[in-house]
Amino acid sequence: MTTSSISGRAAIVGLGATEFSKNSGRTELRLALEATLSALKDAGIDPSEVEGFSSYSVDKVPEYEIARLLGCKDVKFFSQVPHGGGAACAPIMHAAMAVATGVAKVVVVYRAMNERSWYRFGTGTYGFASTPIFENVNYGWYMPHGFHTPAAWVGMFAQRYMHTYGATSEDFGRVAVAVRDFAATNPQAFFYGKPITLEEHQASRWICEPLHLLDCCQESDGAVAMVITSAERARDLRQKPVMIKAGSQGITDGQQIMTSFYRDDITGLPEMGVVARELYRQSGLGPEAFQTAVIYDHFTPFVLPQLEEFGFAKRGEAKEFIRAGHHARGGKLPINPHGGQLGEAYIHGMNGVAEAVRQVRGTAVNQVPDVENVLVTAGTGVPTSGLILGAA
Amino acid sequence: MADPQLLSNVRALVGRQYGRVYAWDEVNAPMIRQWCEIMGVENPLYTDPAFALGTPHEGLIAPPAMLQVWTMEGFHANHYPPGSTDENPYEVLKLFEQYGYNSVVAVNSELSFTRPLRLGEKLYYTTRLDAVGDEKTTALGTGFFVTLVMSHFVEKAGGDEPVGELLFRVFKFRPANAQPAAPAPAASAAPAKAKRPQPGISDDTRFFWEGCAQGQLLIQRCTACATLRHPPAPVCIQCHSFDWDTVQASGRASLYSFVVMHYPEVAPFDHPNPIGLIELEEGVRLIAGLVGIEREQLQIGQRLQVEFQTFDDALTLPLFRPVGE
Repeated sequence: MTTSSISGRAAIVGLGATEFSKNSGRTELRLALEATLSALKDAGIDPSEVEGFSSYSVDKVPEYEIARLLGCKDVKFFSQVPHGGGAACAPIMHAAMAVATGVAKVVVVYRAMNERSWYRFGTGTYGFASTPIFENVNYGWYMPHGFHTPAAWVGMFAQRYMHTYGATSEDFGRVAVAVRDFAATNPQAFFYGKPITLEEHQASRWICEPLHLLDCCQESDGAVAMVITSAERARDLRQKPVMIKAGSQGITDGQQIMTSFYRDDITGLPEMGVVARELYRQSGLGPEAFQTAVIYDHFTPFVLPQLEEFGFAKRGEAKEFIRAGHHARGGKLPINPHGGQLGEAYIHGMNGVAEAVRQVRGTAVNQVPDVENVLVTAGTGVPTSGLILGAA
Repeated sequence: MADPQLLSNVRALVGRQYGRVYAWDEVNAPMIRQWCEIMGVENPLYTDPAFALGTPHEGLIAPPAMLQVWTMEGFHANHYPPGSTDENPYEVLKLFEQYGYNSVVAVNSELSFTRPLRLGEKLYYTTRLDAVGDEKTTALGTGFFVTLVMSHFVEKAGGDEPVGELLFRVFKFRPANAQPAAPAPAASAAPAKAKRPQPGISDDTRFFWEGCAQGQLLIQRCTACATLRHPPAPVCIQCHSFDWDTVQASGRASLYSFVVMHYPEVAPFDHPNPIGLIELEEGVRLIAGLVGIEREQLQIGQRLQVEFQTFDDALTLPLFRPVGE
């Protein structure tokens, strides 16, 4: 580790969330404020002390309105990370950088959305128009053919992955079954008390071959917020500090948003490889260091190459890892013990970061024993990000 | 047989959520009293505060069957409180009318309740187009069962609370004694037909679409280092030269990967909709629809040939069809 590393310089000291639902019945702004105030209270930090904010560019709640309502007077850092779920871990990294460099002493990270009751991703209808801004031109290669949903874009990679490595729809199903098993014992989860079997996964209707309905995450309303401050101050606060041991974003060759189909090989997630190498470099840790991991699961197929990019399995061999049940309850690397986005809620990955915080604190509903370090990944198929959180 | 275009347009709407419709007034005693009087309901739980206080409800409640009453438009048709959506949850019925299914009969109205309503509570509901059945013939005629679900909520500072649902089902049909499918429906349906989305076209990509319009599949080529590239870009990814021309692809290709899209069904596309990641023999890949292909022919490596199809008189797309070895 170099002296300029962010590793161990900042900690997550407050965690707040609303309930997760299909219709929150209140505004996104209110959800963001509820989660933020709850996180600050959890940390024991006064709202007036907040000096920075970070969220996702697709969060429709602006940080200046949160700052106004919190009564912040000295906000010196704010960032919004682009690319949807790919941003899930990056705001924590941005906050850690701001804290480590002394720009802001207390940073709030948040994500609030009424993604189910107000608007929905994946309807296949988007406002892409013919003005030649880049995004309109880029989606022009796909939309006229009706190739227009995230499930379809993921499916194109998944089909090639299955063909190349012999993974099957059942392997994807085993991912879903394991996280739904965790969700079944998490009262915060939408699918609390509702586990599924592999047979039910196989019998669920096609969304987009090779993806069944039960390969796709749910849609949710809700908000999650966290408070980040320096490692020094964290020692004196009321919660067990959750150290930010590493954080990175990732873009690499041939990167597009969900449509990186033009690379020599499309069976990996090389941008996640960038993240993996950087996380391991910053932290000095490797795949053996984790007791549990939160692996982004908007769609099951991309869980497998993520395991490969982080070295939990060799290239093409994640299916063996999954078939052995290493990812499931009681396995050697339980994945998404909160139930994931397939089972708990889809808060664009921020609820996964929250689970990692609880696992390190030792307060998770499906607590994994003796957690020292947790890997968290963000959305796949897009410019992405990742974190290593751990005990001090 | 129902028109495939109609079915496609209808299916695209199924699952759609429509916005909120608010109540004019909060749950109130005068409305309850009038409703009970008109309906002949004499239960004092709804009208006698002293009696109601002594019941497990510990106060007046509204008759559950009034759930739908609170959010009705009032005396004038389509006169809803401010803030209510102007979306029409019955838009799907208009689609059917364009194809001659002009008659309608309500067949189910099922209320379910989460809890009783109390004086002073303010309601709204949202509507979901829950289901449209397959075409059925009944004694009335031939048509479709259309199911809407209105979810009712009470506004609350701590988060709105679901209080009940109304399932409303109608049969939208062409009467048995009516003339089937007069020419008029097709003509009146034409304006409603969804079109394929138009691509955004920039100076970097215009050649591709102009080529398609002329039945040519053009690939961008760097004139400095001869590297082919797709999607097109202003600069060569290898040598960063801005100079380029195009070459016409043979149209011979193989299937590199594929999906078959089933849901959501979005007009004007047919579903299932097979889409290929196509590898041209020149070495670049592109996304395109697959035509004339059976499910069992969908194999990675399947040989394909380009063809061009023009949609809506405005958009020519390259599509790929399987060929023998």
